Amino acid sequence: MSYPESYKYTKEHEWVHIEGDRATIGITDHAQHELGDIVFVDLPKPGSAVTKGQTFGSVESVKAVSDIYAPVSGEVTEANELLAKTPEQLNSDPHGAAWLIKVKLSPSNSETDSLMSAADYQNYVGAE
Amino acid sequence: MIKKVSRHIVQNEPLLFELSSPGKVGYQLPELDVPEVSAEKVLGAEHVRDDIEDFPEVSEFEVLRHFSRLSTWNYAIDLGLYPLGSCTMKYNPRVNELVARTEGLAWAHPYQPEELSQGCMEVIAALEQALAEITGMDAVTLQPAAGAHGEFTGILMIRALLETRGNPRKKILVPDSAHGTNPATATAIGYSVENIKSNDRGMVDLAVLERAVTEDVAGLMITNPNTVGVFEENIRKICGILHDKGALVYMDGANMNALVGVARPGDFGIDVMHLNLHKTFSTPHGGGGPGSGAVAVAKVLTPFLPSPRLKRVNDRWSWNYDLPQSIGRVRAFYGNYGVLVRALAYIMAHGGNGLRQATLDALLNANYLRKLLEPHYEIAYKAPSMHECVFSDDRQAKKGIRTGDIAKRLIDYGFHPYTVSFPLIVRGALMIEPTETEPKRELDLFADAMISIAKEIEENPELVRNAPHSTRTPRVDEVTAARKPIVRWKPESKASLSPAAD
Amino acid sequence: MLDVIGLKSEEDLVSYLPADVRFDGRLAIPDGKSEYEIVDYFREQGARNASGYASFLGAGVYHHYRPVLVDTVVSRGEFLTSYTPYQAEISQGTLTSIYEFQTMVCQLTGMDVANASMYDGSSAVPEAAMMAVRITGRDKVLIARTVHPEYREVLHTCTQHQGIPVAEFEYTKSGTVDLDDLAAKLDNETAAVMVQSPNFFGIIEQIEELSSIVSRKGALLVVVFTEAVSLGLVRPPKEADIVVGELQSFAISPAYGGPYAGIIAAREKYIRQLPGRLVGETKDANGHRAFCLTLATREQHIRREKATSNICTNQALLALMATVFMSVYGRQGLRELAQQNLAKAHYLASKLDLQFDAPFFNEFVARTNGKTPEQINRELLDEKIVGGLPLGRYYPELENCVLLCATEMSRRQDMDRVAEAFAKETRA
Repeated sequence: MSYPESYKYTKEHEWVHIEGDRATIGITDHAQHELGDIVFVDLPKPGSAVTKGQTFGSVESVKAVSDIYAPVSGEVTEANELLAKTPEQLNSDPHGAAWLIKVKLSPSNSETDSLMSAADYQNYVGAE
Repeated sequence: MIKKVSRHIVQNEPLLFELSSPGKVGYQLPELDVPEVSAEKVLGAEHVRDDIEDFPEVSEFEVLRHFSRLSTWNYAIDLGLYPLGSCTMKYNPRVNELVARTEGLAWAHPYQPEELSQGCMEVIAALEQALAEITGMDAVTLQPAAGAHGEFTGILMIRALLETRGNPRKKILVPDSAHGTNPATATAIGYSVENIKSNDRGMVDLAVLERAVTEDVAGLMITNPNTVGVFEENIRKICGILHDKGALVYMDGANMNALVGVARPGDFGIDVMHLNLHKTFSTPHGGGGPGSGAVAVAKVLTPFLPSPRLKRVNDRWSWNYDLPQSIGRVRAFYGNYGVLVRALAYIMAHGGNGLRQATLDALLNANYLRKLLEPHYEIAYKAPSMHECVFSDDRQAKKGIRTGDIAKRLIDYGFHPYTVSFPLIVRGALMIEPTETEPKRELDLFADAMISIAKEIEENPELVRNAPHSTRTPRVDEVTAARKPIVRWKPESKASLSPAAD
Repeated sequence: MLDVIGLKSEEDLVSYLPADVRFDGRLAIPDGKSEYEIVDYFREQGARNASGYASFLGAGVYHHYRPVLVDTVVSRGEFLTSYTPYQAEISQGTLTSIYEFQTMVCQLTGMDVANASMYDGSSAVPEAAMMAVRITGRDKVLIARTVHPEYREVLHTCTQHQGIPVAEFEYTKSGTVDLDDLAAKLDNETAAVMVQSPNFFGIIEQIEELSSIVSRKGALLVVVFTEAVSLGLVRPPKEADIVVGELQSFAISPAYGGPYAGIIAAREKYIRQLPGRLVGETKDANGHRAFCLTLATREQHIRREKATSNICTNQALLALMATVFMSVYGRQGLRELAQQNLAKAHYLASKLDLQFDAPFFNEFVARTNGKTPEQINRELLDEKIVGGLPLGRYYPELENCVLLCATEMSRRQDMDRVAEAFAKETRA
């Protein structure tokens, strides 16, 4: 699966797609592959705040649970309701339909520098 | 040759609800010797329930057959080796079952007068004393219902003691090899958890530990022998490091089967520990309980033991509730008494020397299996094994076969799998604990099976990957179960019913 | 075997231990005993107890008849000597029976989902409180004083370091919870309101009304029960959010306080917040119905310090006893059994002076009128009857009251004697 060039990536295997003061957040294809069959996704409610580097939810397979860390700070505007009914979407389309949350970035968000490009991330998971 | 586990006459038993026919009954009550009352009248119609919808309606014989048939779908110690590491699946002596049903004990009400409970109390006192002797500790509480409950009780006492010293502190240290219950327990008592990395011998790294132990640390939870089956050789130093900083040491006694009669935690510096009576002391696991998590403490912690405590007054036992420093109750009444009776019977049958001999036999069996399997599987740590041995699937993983696959293939050979993928510090762990009650023949059969599987992995890995092949039920779809949980039967589901294999 | 390992004697195995920890002494435990001696010892201890007495004690532990089939089933080695059913392929027996258990608990309580059982009723109480805290994001818990006193003690012990303040609320002169006191204490920080029904005094609470009061404030209603037989006849607490209770009444021996089997059941939407083990239905590789442990990610062995609970075991064998009991009595029998309990308790109660006037099931509080509970019980012991529980220790304001219980096993002539002991003048 390809890693969109327009996304930024974290060492904890999240991606973020920033458009203006809005961002969409998901987990990477590498992450879903490592987790195996995903059975449950726990996401924050719209209106709650997420902080860069802090967990905002979790993804569960049958025998493992992984925290998801926010790549940026902001306020959740939408959580992907599709995943409540069909968590398996996260296995099939992690970079597209199975995004996790959309956030409105906090004004102070100049913190995206530490994130990786698609190429860097692919190197990173190749090397891990 | 594959020895089939399957021995099912009936493959196809429906659920009780599906067996039911309207009006069928399996009981008979005696005739009422008092006037009948109208529930609507004495309770009020609003308090009377409707019929219990879909509740079973079956005959007595159907109940017996149903559960007998279900039972044939289970593996059990009674049928063969059950080498689950850290679970100590030993023979459950049947005399224990008989004595637990002794009328005066089994029918004793926890609130009956103390003068009519002396026998029950005597049994509790005798077991407390025996366990204190075995652990080398000062006192024992039998109140906790299971191991994790015992951990909870022990850490609560540590907190209570530290509070009397003015500061409950903030952290509990847990080695990365620990059982998952340890960190869960520390959190439940308001402590944060700091993981301590093991060294390359599978033991607590003293240098790492020394750096971690600060004035913020309330205690360390350590399993010894640890979960890779290795005795922490520096245990005295470890206890010393904690004690020097005013912290305490909790020992998870899940692996006590390696120590009874040959080493006593109280002697080597442990402050508080639990014992799993359903492991070390042979009470049956019963498909997941009941257990008992007796907790033994050093003198410094005795004032904090759960209430009530037994005391001897005028040659009689009585319950003492006047314990100002006690942490309180961790459950109603006095513990899983029926389990305590069985554990005492086990201790009586063995005696002091017999208990020590059982330990030696447990060490012998584990080391024998280790020697037989070492040429075929990668031992996780070279340090000597105690009562269990832990391998990794490193060699087999090269063929794409993981520990979980090997475990499933073992089922085809007529054995219950070992503990899979634990401890977490071993990649692809195979954790094998045979216990002392296994005869050599059974160990040899098991080793043969393991060796045969190792060969199969070389020659025909697919055979292993798709195991088991011989059970009534092949691999089940745990993913769908978790994605769309169905945790109770409903009449609608009759439609989706498909008959089981023939 | 020693040759294979390369050792001369079994004693050499002890050399695996560091010298400074070896125990060189002899355990001060007498030499091993024969089977006969062991049986004899326990018989002797049993005989020192209250053998052959009629008993009117309840208070969370009940004397009900245990159908013979129960021990027949649980004595099968395949149930008795198996471990937690992690390996689904060779554990379908246990898994299927737990699934039936979960279903029957739901049918009885009116809840949607139930777990595979808890340690006992008392330890299920703090688990329900913590579950409500997780669900609501609030931290306060209110518990009725009419919940079993030892259950309340366990709640206090278990929540004290979790940042969960626990407060109690009063009961009325009728013996039901005091709704005014509840309303005064209930606020927007309350996560759970916990009541017992039938309560510790045997009295049935108004669950519907409680539910509307509690839910108006956004808190969860947790209903506790100790006498499971009541569910054969008494309206189930289906307006509750969480139900916890004790199944000792279902063929589990009193056994001086344990082991028993607790339950926790809840509405469907709370399934992922349930503590403990859960069995789910699925299919095997051949497409046939099969069962397995599910939603394991809630548990400590995966989530470690973030688990919903530190509980590891359930009480599978005792849950199986209860399952067999429920199957034997079934739809019709459980109701008839409950009817008999009701009739017996009301027969005895009709001869005594009751403290409360609200409807009760098979337990009630009687006043001793001039005598102390201890005097009455002393007289009854002489007639080989264990009387009721004196309440003064738990409720100082009820020091001249006794909690009595009658079940299907209570005989009329014994009840008549109890009534006489309450009625007659104290011996000099």
